[in-house]
Amino acid sequence: MNIGDTLDPLEIPITRTLIVAGAIASRDYQDVHHDAHLAREKGSPDIFMNILTTNGLVGRYVTDRLGPGAVLRKVAIRLGAPNHPGDTMTLTGTVTAADGDTLEIRVVGANGIGHHVTGTVTVALPAPPPAGGASGGAA
Amino acid sequence: MTAGDGGGSEAASFLARLRVFEGLPAVTGGRGKDPVNAAMIRHWCEAMGDTNPAYTGPDAVAPPTMLQAWTMGGLSGHGGRSDAYDELLALLDAAGCTSVVATDCEQEYLRPLRPGDTVTFDAVIESVSPRKTTRLGTGHFVTTRMDVLADGEPAGTHRFRILKYAPAAAPAPTAPARAPARPRRPRPVVNRDNQGFWDGVREHRLLIQRCTSCTALRFPWLPGCNACASLEWDTVQACGEATVFSYVVMHHPPFPAFDPPYAVALVELAEGVRMTTNITGVPHDRVRIGMPVRLEFLRVDEDLELPVFRGGSEA
Repeated sequence: MNIGDTLDPLEIPITRTLIVAGAIASRDYQDVHHDAHLAREKGSPDIFMNILTTNGLVGRYVTDRLGPGAVLRKVAIRLGAPNHPGDTMTLTGTVTAADGDTLEIRVVGANGIGHHVTGTVTVALPAPPPAGGASGGAA
Repeated sequence: MTAGDGGGSEAASFLARLRVFEGLPAVTGGRGKDPVNAAMIRHWCEAMGDTNPAYTGPDAVAPPTMLQAWTMGGLSGHGGRSDAYDELLALLDAAGCTSVVATDCEQEYLRPLRPGDTVTFDAVIESVSPRKTTRLGTGHFVTTRMDVLADGEPAGTHRFRILKYAPAAAPAPTAPARAPARPRRPRPVVNRDNQGFWDGVREHRLLIQRCTSCTALRFPWLPGCNACASLEWDTVQACGEATVFSYVVMHHPPFPAFDPPYAVALVELAEGVRMTTNITGVPHDRVRIGMPVRLEFLRVDEDLELPVFRGGSEA
């Protein structure tokens, strides 16, 4: 892949189940991720996705698109608009740097109220399969 | 209350108190509650919808983005969290910044985690931001940096930023909800320098520190003597008699859990030291300098009792 190439988008429906399952799978029992009443008392209109789930979804998006041989090296994310139940988040990615087998990908996750997540993922691609014994070409 | 709105110098001095924590450990000798294991990996992958074959089978590795999950305390709480980190959070809680939201996560993965790996970690408080106002409310960003090891080898780094904030006014409830709990008074920040004072309060004893080198009394509690700098001290129990040395009446701004107007007094104890407190038994507009008052303990809620002074009983 080359700088400027984009990854196919991934749409993720933000269900209550996803938010709660992600929070518990990441062992995050903060009430704002599972109790709507307590979330409202803290100024949020409903429960919202925790950052560990967002991190997991960003990682999944990149390896889904680049294949199971791709290995995550760094994931750096910043949260903005929260992911509430009933929304949809669309993840998009653009290659911003390429160095040998390592790519840097800018990822944005947009939901109905803005950018839920912006981040940079550094990922190592698997060595290209030997093409008929010829020397490996540039990626 | 320490970080009053717009109070430039107060905000600066509060920030200085927060910044003392920069560079101190947040977690020392943390240990994952479970070794890396296939069950937690599967639960994670199911939740995320991640079907990457690298995360299943005999040669499975954990999804790298699970790094933090292995360090989470869960319902049974965090092990290894430092006193410094607890004190920093308590200081922010006491300033009304009782809510927390994560804002940034930066992870680098140095080697894959595999089922059976034992996870250990250490973290440091990297920075505390000046006071910021966000859509959620006003507060401070706290950044920590964690080194995660697997079977003793560096496996990853994890920089994490949270916003500790005072929630902006909650939206009106959409349905009749149960009555909101009355806001609680700010909690005292109890640390190793003043633990003895609060232990005394629990036993209904108001303890004053006394320097064992020069016998000077001091209050509030401090690590060293202002008169001779000695670090050695013992305590004397206040007899409870005091007089109002000065006072103000608070009208504005209102703080949650307080009903203005109310008097905040500086009382001089019979032993000679002075203490900021509330006056009970007398309307706020009847408090006077020189008024004799007597110690009592006010139960504020199920967790908190405070020494206050009652006036007017002999009038």
